[in-house]
Amino acid sequence: MGDAEIIPIGTRGRPGRGTGKDRPSSAARNLAGRPAARRPAPAPAPAAVPPPPPPARAPAPPRKRPPPRKSSPTTAAAPPPPRPATTTQDRGATPGIPVGDWLAAIETAAVEVFGDEWEPALARFLAFLRRRVTGEYAIDEYGFDAEITDRFVMAALRPIAQKWFRIDVRGIENIPADGGALVVSNHSGTVPVDGLMAMSVIFDHTGRHLRPLGADLVFKTPLISVIARKTGATLACNEDAERMLRGGELVGVWPEGFKGIGKPFSERYKLQRFGRGGFVSAALHTGVPIVPLSVVGAEEIYPLVGNVPALARLLGVPYIPITPLFPLLGPLGLVPLPSKWLLEFGEPIRTDELDDAAADDPMLVFNVTDQVRETIQQTLYTLLMERDSVFG
Amino acid sequence: MGSVVLVTGVSRDIARRFARSVAAHPDVDRVVGVDVVPPRGDIGGFTFHRADIRNPVIAKVIAMEDVDTVVHMSIIATPGSAGGRNTMKELNVMGTMQLLAAAQRAPGLRALVVKSTTTVYGAGPRDPAMFTEDMGPKRLPRSGYAKDVYEIEGYVRGFARRRPDVRVTMLRAANVIGPHVQSPLTSYFRLPVIPTVAGFDPRLQFLHEDDLSAVLGHAVTTDVRGTFNVAGDGVLLLSQALRRLHRPTVPLPGFAVGGLGSLLRQARAADFSPEQLGFLTYGRGVDTTRMRSVLGFDPAFSTASAFEDFGREMSPSPGVREKVIDGLSAALPGADRG
Repeated sequence: MGDAEIIPIGTRGRPGRGTGKDRPSSAARNLAGRPAARRPAPAPAPAAVPPPPPPARAPAPPRKRPPPRKSSPTTAAAPPPPRPATTTQDRGATPGIPVGDWLAAIETAAVEVFGDEWEPALARFLAFLRRRVTGEYAIDEYGFDAEITDRFVMAALRPIAQKWFRIDVRGIENIPADGGALVVSNHSGTVPVDGLMAMSVIFDHTGRHLRPLGADLVFKTPLISVIARKTGATLACNEDAERMLRGGELVGVWPEGFKGIGKPFSERYKLQRFGRGGFVSAALHTGVPIVPLSVVGAEEIYPLVGNVPALARLLGVPYIPITPLFPLLGPLGLVPLPSKWLLEFGEPIRTDELDDAAADDPMLVFNVTDQVRETIQQTLYTLLMERDSVFG
Repeated sequence: MGSVVLVTGVSRDIARRFARSVAAHPDVDRVVGVDVVPPRGDIGGFTFHRADIRNPVIAKVIAMEDVDTVVHMSIIATPGSAGGRNTMKELNVMGTMQLLAAAQRAPGLRALVVKSTTTVYGAGPRDPAMFTEDMGPKRLPRSGYAKDVYEIEGYVRGFARRRPDVRVTMLRAANVIGPHVQSPLTSYFRLPVIPTVAGFDPRLQFLHEDDLSAVLGHAVTTDVRGTFNVAGDGVLLLSQALRRLHRPTVPLPGFAVGGLGSLLRQARAADFSPEQLGFLTYGRGVDTTRMRSVLGFDPAFSTASAFEDFGREMSPSPGVREKVIDGLSAALPGADRG
């Protein structure tokens, strides 16, 4: 360190031409007056700096904020002339939090979060965390992760269902307590929020998981595919639908698909074509009841007023939504409008009395499809009549 | 009764182990192993014939040894040491055709067991969650291993039609895993840092190497014909598997994983087959109901325990996050004192 010549940048507050030389030029010395630094030792440099600030700071506090700074200017203003040795004696409370306070705060927070039984609760939480980190949790063959769904996804959806959309649920008793059943619903709202809400409502009222059937686009999209499988979704194909229904699961299907969810706002509450009736043949094959579900309110969350078909085709998605708020307000436009929702589960349509050959009779499949569609459409009209206003 | 079993592809470890274990079976008199290169390990109680299944010599071996059961295991997933893709296709497809042609001429043949793979189903976003044996791939494979296997299965079905007196059993095995297995998937898991496809978490199924040996032996000695999926119970997500392995991962976009894979293959650092990218993106599940009900086979290892056994020899040490959580849990009872 001693070998290298240190050429400081600037003059460290001393007068001079900015060369950092020990001795300023004579002109500069004249300007600066007598007590200019002579020795290059590091000690004078800090000593030279403090004197100017106190006068500069001292007048400032009384002007601006007298009460909080009152003590500091007096202590700061007094020492400059003699410059006593630095002491640490007369300082009050150190600006740190004692360890004991930290622990008490953590304990209070733990009681706050986990309740009085916080210790076992925290132990359980840590055990849960450990299971997640080490991968020692179980999933079913569709990739459904019941633990994470129950603990986080359903907990996150609950306030949205209850507080934001204020969902009014009717006919929940039509969901069978056990065994396979197929919930068929209308689809709307630009983004499949109605599916999430149906999952949340059914889980909260019956404790059963609704297993949604999703389009292949869902399983092609990064991240979405992971979330979909973890929350219990699988591909909307007959193989998977029948397999799930045989396994006694409660399966949810939205046969309108993208035609329903991406229809313009002007066509709200008009049911689109119900696919090819594949869901009916799945129910007929497995003999499970079909529970029609009518959702009112989802149409208004993102009113779809425009579409960019060219961009949609380019990106390989069915539509690029334009809502009154969406591209306009940026991410804020993604907040769904808080419409009032009504969910009505209709009376189950039994399929077990039809024999297995019925599933291979296209006319019968079409008839049942129409029956389900009409039931949902009529219920939608009834619910719309009952609703006072969109946000009521 | 006693039978003479011919096993192809015995230079590879799995086939050699199977040939050894089936030679010890009381119902089996003699086991003949054939391959182009001699097996490197202990061949135990079977005799080795150096014969290339790609030429008609194999017919002579079948006739000379009076073979009544052929176990075809010489289907390779990657060119590996064999050479390029052409050699691999030659070995797989032409080898199978020659073997089947020879088998068709053998009057004494009673059974043909083919070790196929679930790769034949492909992997894609439109796949059902669980493939059953009567389903085919959603999209026909256009290249590589999957195409080879698809063609081989076609030839085997043709053989079954032409020789209805021969019992043909095709076993579609899930990815075989175990401490001794050298395959594209195991070399992927043995990488020091494991690339994954960002935004996807495929479902995987594994079959333990011992179970593969056992199911082939079961198929040789049991009179069941047909095609069966063979896999351990349950499925494992790739993220779960990697966490259990305590390996660091790096999520990359799909094309980067594919590029890295072919780079690793060229550098001979890892066997990475092109269809593995699809598998690591979308995963695959197969239904094993018929394996239990019709074939009557019960694997000793589940998917998870097979993977655990594979991970054991890789000396996994607990990760940092795990240690932190363990430390917190240990400190928990004393936390309220302080």
